Amino acid sequence: MFRQANAAVIRWVGVVGLIALFAGLALASAVPALAMPSASASAAGQLQAPLQKQELTIRGTLRDGSVPIEGVRITASSTTGFSAEATTDKDGRWVIVVPAKGTYEVLLDVATLPADKPLSEGEANPRIVEFGTSSNMGVIFKVGENAAAATRSFGSILAERTVAGLSFGLLLALTAVGLSLVFGTTGLTNFAHGEMVTFGAVSTFALSAWGFPLWAALVVAVLLGGALGWLQDWGLWKPLRRRGSALVPMMIVSIGLALAMRYIILFFFGGTTEQLPSAQSPILVVLGVSISRNTLVSLVVSLVVIIAVALLLLKTRFGKATRAVADNPALAAASGIDVDRVIRMVWVVGSMLAALGGILWAYYRPGVAFNMGQQILLMIFAGVTLGGLGTVFGALIGSVLVGLMVEISTIWLEADLKYVGALAVMILVLLFKPQGLLGRRERVG
Amino acid sequence: MDFAAIFTNALTEIVSPITASYALAALGLAVHFGYAGLLNFGQAGFMAVGAYGFSISTLTFGAPLPVALLVALVASVLFALILGIPTLRLRADYLAIVTIAAAEIVRYIVTTNSLTNVTGSANGLATFERGFYALSPFPPGDYPVGPLNFNDRSLWVTLVAWGIVLLCAAIVWALMRSPWGRVLKGIREDENAVLSLGKNVFVYKMEALVIGGLFGSLAGILFTLPTGAVQPANYGSELTFFLWTALLLGGMATVFGSVLGAMIFWVVLSLTQGILLGLIEAGYITFLSSAQAGQLRYILVGVALMLLMIFRPQGILGNKKELAFS
Amino acid sequence: MSDPQRIPPGPATGQDPDTSPFNDTGPIAVGPAAPGCKKRDPIIIADGVRRSFGALKAVDVDHVEIPRHKITALIGPNGAGKTTFFNLLTGFDTPDSGSWTFDGKNLAGIRPHRVARLGMVRTFQLTKVMGKLTVIENMRLGGADQPGEALWRAMFPWLWREREAELTRTADSLLAMFKLAEKREDYAASLSGGQRKLLEMARALMAEPRLVMLDEPMAGVNPALTQSLLDHIKNLKATGTTVLFVEHDMHVVRHIADWVIVMAEGRVVAEGPPKEVMQDQAVIDAYLGAHHDVDLGAPEGVARLEDVLSEDAESVVGTEDAGELLAVHDEPDTQDPHGRQP
Ligand SMILES: Nc1ncnc2c1ncn2[C@@H]1O[C@H](COP(=O)(O)OP(=O)(O)O)[C@@H](O)[C@H]1O
Ligand SMILES: [Mg+2]
Repeated sequence: MFRQANAAVIRWVGVVGLIALFAGLALASAVPALAMPSASASAAGQLQAPLQKQELTIRGTLRDGSVPIEGVRITASSTTGFSAEATTDKDGRWVIVVPAKGTYEVLLDVATLPADKPLSEGEANPRIVEFGTSSNMGVIFKVGENAAAATRSFGSILAERTVAGLSFGLLLALTAVGLSLVFGTTGLTNFAHGEMVTFGAVSTFALSAWGFPLWAALVVAVLLGGALGWLQDWGLWKPLRRRGSALVPMMIVSIGLALAMRYIILFFFGGTTEQLPSAQSPILVVLGVSISRNTLVSLVVSLVVIIAVALLLLKTRFGKATRAVADNPALAAASGIDVDRVIRMVWVVGSMLAALGGILWAYYRPGVAFNMGQQILLMIFAGVTLGGLGTVFGALIGSVLVGLMVEISTIWLEADLKYVGALAVMILVLLFKPQGLLGRRERVG
Repeated sequence: MDFAAIFTNALTEIVSPITASYALAALGLAVHFGYAGLLNFGQAGFMAVGAYGFSISTLTFGAPLPVALLVALVASVLFALILGIPTLRLRADYLAIVTIAAAEIVRYIVTTNSLTNVTGSANGLATFERGFYALSPFPPGDYPVGPLNFNDRSLWVTLVAWGIVLLCAAIVWALMRSPWGRVLKGIREDENAVLSLGKNVFVYKMEALVIGGLFGSLAGILFTLPTGAVQPANYGSELTFFLWTALLLGGMATVFGSVLGAMIFWVVLSLTQGILLGLIEAGYITFLSSAQAGQLRYILVGVALMLLMIFRPQGILGNKKELAFS
Repeated sequence: MSDPQRIPPGPATGQDPDTSPFNDTGPIAVGPAAPGCKKRDPIIIADGVRRSFGALKAVDVDHVEIPRHKITALIGPNGAGKTTFFNLLTGFDTPDSGSWTFDGKNLAGIRPHRVARLGMVRTFQLTKVMGKLTVIENMRLGGADQPGEALWRAMFPWLWREREAELTRTADSLLAMFKLAEKREDYAASLSGGQRKLLEMARALMAEPRLVMLDEPMAGVNPALTQSLLDHIKNLKATGTTVLFVEHDMHVVRHIADWVIVMAEGRVVAEGPPKEVMQDQAVIDAYLGAHHDVDLGAPEGVARLEDVLSEDAESVVGTEDAGELLAVHDEPDTQDPHGRQP
């Protein structure tokens, strides 16, 4: 009786503490950002808007394919008499700050466009923009697309998409490792994993807004991610395992946790999309394929980290113990492995990888938003399921395939449908190979 | 603070057709999960299929109300079949992932710009509800009921919505007391045992998926009727999770649990909103903006879902002895 | 269910086994008993049934026949492939190759619920009762031909009430036979392990099968109940039901089996009447490995064998999931320390 009550108290403390600490973290990082906007702006260089200060902007980037167009004039005006203009910079970017939410007419001065790059056919000009909940309105004018499409060969487009897909796939793989390891060792399908991804990106943003140099912000954010993973397992999942909770209730608990975390982030971060430092990066041409520097860096970082994780799992004692626990927890416990410690480590490592994945995801999308994890979670699930639930190497391969599918499908599909192809393929694969590409066949009748 | 207004608002939420729509969709989940053990995390997808099936056939094809309704229902049956065939033979968590993925596919498809002339993309569709209100027997005017104010439109849609909820609840009640319901409850616990007794488990699961999906699709239509507008952003996975919260609140394997859960869900949201905003207006709370007050409520929803699942998984009306988590 | 000879089970408690029309005492096999020998009247004939898990050949049966209207025991050391063989015969698992017939009907590739409807009902080594349904509901679930199990008729009680009453009567008499009548309205989860075994067996009989296949029906059953269980099984034979059961307890096997089939490492290594099989060198080899000196014909020999078997704890209770279907829905009797269910 006492033990039970005790356990319940610990659990409560755990849950409440988890939420409080999480909130505290977000608050601690948000408040200084409010207090010292000037410091943060100078330290973080290209940081666009400090947290909470809701500057209303209409903005966009004018590009012909990947080539920015400089010196084009764009005007925004409202019926209340407001009018302002901006000229695109060397990266093709333009920003117009407006005083209030409302409806604006955005006009691109076609006379300032280069002669060989007319506005694409069917592009509305002027454009009517109406502010909704967000404080940034993006307006994209498509330029010279028809001419550009003709000159680029299918091969080069495919190569470009493939590289981008690899980069996306590898970042998915990074985030998928944690999900897959947790599933393998505890059986939990963790719907709150997406929020761990968001957490990485949001903390990086908050830390750099607070004045951390980018590299330090990255390192600290990843460490914070690991701490949050530790905390989650300590305060929530371990007590639930001790209670012998079945898997489905645990899955639903993770959904509740995901909702709570998502709205806590929204509460402190707000509904805007913000950019991390250096979100704009130059386009490099590597081996004849043009690729943005960030995409390339993300690709290399993910690859290195994934190899490190693979080595960790294959070569170290921790890795062997993890695989033993995933295989058969009772047997692992009997052979002297501290199962709870292994699972705790899995949470920490998985959460750190999720946080790192979140940072890369913020550069890939690009932008930090409170619901960015929710968006990527489904892609992670797709990768993990495609590869085989619970097998880490399956998750890696599945994620890369999903990344490739997403990017390559944009050759034929509208960009706003790019995730559909990957999800549909996942469903189809399940139809023919239910255990996924690398999963073990279960003892099903 | 105007307590009278806050409570009237809460009362309005109890009877609102939106609450009825939540109750109906959650009842569908009760059939799926509570009785058959099917983890459907894509109920929002069924709702979207219903809403868009109805509105597109009305607007694009000019279908009269009964035809539009039929199209919506048939579409949701097809959706259930497409989901069920690959997954009903697999472990429960596969169905969860596939249903959530399928619901997102639906949402992406109705949002995409390439289909704007059919779906209205992100703006959605509107003014497809005339056929429904044309059937209203109430002459235009105001119809106050106690503290609640209805006009002819809102009275009609409210009555129809709750009528459908009651009808569907009666159907579920009858089904779950029948031998069919017994087989379903058996499957929820142990499929192989039921197979060994000569029942075609796959067919039963598919039937349950279709019935719950039909409820979802009807709920999706009801959801759009009060405003006569459908917007894709409403059909994200969060809607599904709110429905789950309502279901688990009331009791997952009960007929009226979903109704009670939906009512509580909306009343609590409305009360906390009213009270928080009142406190902010009156200057008692200064550290929250009104937008943050709105967000705070959803943090509570998430925490409530966790606590429910941990401490009272059978919900308010449920019987712990009959609670079966597969 | 169209067997003209059968008498319904149920209230036939008083049936005297010795006067039963099915108490044919003639020889069972056509020729001398040998692994895979022909039977005079087989109900199941299996040919070349093989199933391997990776490199492990779990089942590798060249030919085996199960005699009709007899009680056949399938014995063999733990891991011999008995449960897997059950799974294959009943359609719960698919063999790599092989074919088998039940009452002359080819069953290969038939799905499990069809197999059950053909009159071949099995129980599971890990008992599968619906803990969240009452005992009587569990029983009714076993009934066949309930029109109310079809969705479109379920809504209209007058279409199925009559059959429901019939099923309830059958269920009640079976419950009385199995001494579960008092538990009628209890949730099956509240039953003891042995009572669950009984309930599962009683439920299997609801459909009036022609062949019941019991996977370790006695495991975990309170010794006080074993005797009455054995009587039930004998009674089944008396009412025309063929029984095939897996059992480790040699006393039991000797006591009720008409025929014994011995499996080891997936193969049928011996078969014959119980007394003969117990003396068979292959059986002794299979069970005892090197202990060739034991004479199973003599009481000390049997005792010695039972000693060996009882030391092998798993062979009595069964490994938790050996050969079982993926038990996603199973609540293991003992909670695993990490709350992880398979
Ligand atoms: N689904 C499966 N996957 C892998 N191995 C299995 C599976 N089912 C059974 N086995 C193995 O096949 C062998 C036979 O098992 P089983 O049929 O349960 O034996 P018995 O019932 O005679 O004890 C055992 O070694 C067991 O571990
Ligand atoms: Mg066995």
